[in-house]
Amino acid sequence: MIRVVLPFHLRNLARLEGEAQLQIEGQATLRSVLGALEATYPVLRGTIRDHVTLRRRPFVRFFACEEDLSLEPPDFPLPDAVARGAEPFLIVGAIAGG
Amino acid sequence: MSKIRVLVGTKKGAFILTSDGKRKQWEVNGPHFAGWEIYHLKGSPKDPDRIYASQTSGWFGQIIQRSDDGGKTWNPPGSSPEELKGPDGSPKGESNKFVYEGEVGTHKWYDGTQHPWEFKRIWHLEPSFTDADTVYAGAEDAAIFKTADGGKTWKELPGLRSAKGHLWQPGAGGMAVHTILLDPKNPKRIYIAISAAGAFRTDDAGKTWKPVNRGLKSQYELPDPEAEVGHCVHRIAMHPSRPEVLFMQKHWDVMRTDNAGEQWQEVSGNLPSDFGFPIDVHAHEPETIYVVPIKTDSEHYPPEGKLRVYRSRTGGNEWEALTKGLPQKDCYVNVLRDAMAVDSLEPCGVYFGTTGGQVYASADSGDTWNPIVRDLPAVYSVEVQNLA
Repeated sequence: MIRVVLPFHLRNLARLEGEAQLQIEGQATLRSVLGALEATYPVLRGTIRDHVTLRRRPFVRFFACEEDLSLEPPDFPLPDAVARGAEPFLIVGAIAGG
Repeated sequence: MSKIRVLVGTKKGAFILTSDGKRKQWEVNGPHFAGWEIYHLKGSPKDPDRIYASQTSGWFGQIIQRSDDGGKTWNPPGSSPEELKGPDGSPKGESNKFVYEGEVGTHKWYDGTQHPWEFKRIWHLEPSFTDADTVYAGAEDAAIFKTADGGKTWKELPGLRSAKGHLWQPGAGGMAVHTILLDPKNPKRIYIAISAAGAFRTDDAGKTWKPVNRGLKSQYELPDPEAEVGHCVHRIAMHPSRPEVLFMQKHWDVMRTDNAGEQWQEVSGNLPSDFGFPIDVHAHEPETIYVVPIKTDSEHYPPEGKLRVYRSRTGGNEWEALTKGLPQKDCYVNVLRDAMAVDSLEPCGVYFGTTGGQVYASADSGDTWNPIVRDLPAVYSVEVQNLA
């Protein structure tokens, strides 16, 4: 089970209290986790990554185990602690603007 | 007893203001979608309890929201599990999917080079007169999209960008379709306006479009007096009884056309400034129009710090200042292009919102004004619904 922490506005949009909990088949990667998140909460499509290109939106960042994974490629494997559910995968709205 | 519902989009959420037909006592409901920019909300003329909202964020992009109960509850269209399941079993979630048709193409960039179209947000939603599931959406970068399924999916009408789109160039506020006027007498005719490209018209329900900017003069921005596109049109308005007559607030100049945009003439007359954003038409008097003069394009506030709506009862040229109830000193707010609307009660009600968060209402065609609410976030849009 993968635990995902969403930023305030996306949590409200998905009507989610607390963390999202996702079952992933196969390796947990940025692509597979985001795909599972959007499959479970389709309202999030287009809000984290582009509908068509699937590229991360500019002011959205990904973190796990105190590492910034935002610039990693889509098939980057998430840390084992995230894959085991011991640590959450964090989707964060960047501090952008004053 | 009639009822009025005012839909207010702001920088930090949506608000719904309601009153009975006297328009004296108001109830303020909101914020909906707190913390998100709400560019526009508009109700369906066919089903007033069906309201569409454009919710946007620099972080999380575009969301479309829909209410089927007059704004009490909201959902992104197609958010029930059945509606979200695609033919291949995969989930959809396409109510915020605005994708340009075909080759994306390019438009003119600030440095004169060509730049690809990039979707940013929806500025304006215009529901059909006859079908609550059909809505047109004006986008930045400039394009028009249409839904026929209540907002679940959207498709571009790409003919608009074929109307010399390669020559369109964004202004400081971006390049957006901010105005959509449906012709109530001719379902195939639609007018739209874009900053800074101009006004356009289709006579075949959106397949093909042509610029309708003859007579507009923008001498500083557009040295070519014959330029067909490139004019910074801020707003156009019509009275439903005369859809071939349009009024325009341009970047500078207030204009009118009596032949569906084929030729425009200036009607700025005695306005203290002919720069401004909104323009609207009285519900019962097709020659009575309203503007809010703004000092200059470099100083987006009213002349002399006095917030004045100007009314012409002669279709332009002769204007009177409406000041009763509006601040007449130290007022430095702006009124944005989508932030004025009228109701169709008798006498006609006029409403506008400011960047300072006030929403003013007049229940007597503009003679006197009162604030409905004073301290909202900056107001982006105001729409009014008459409810039975």
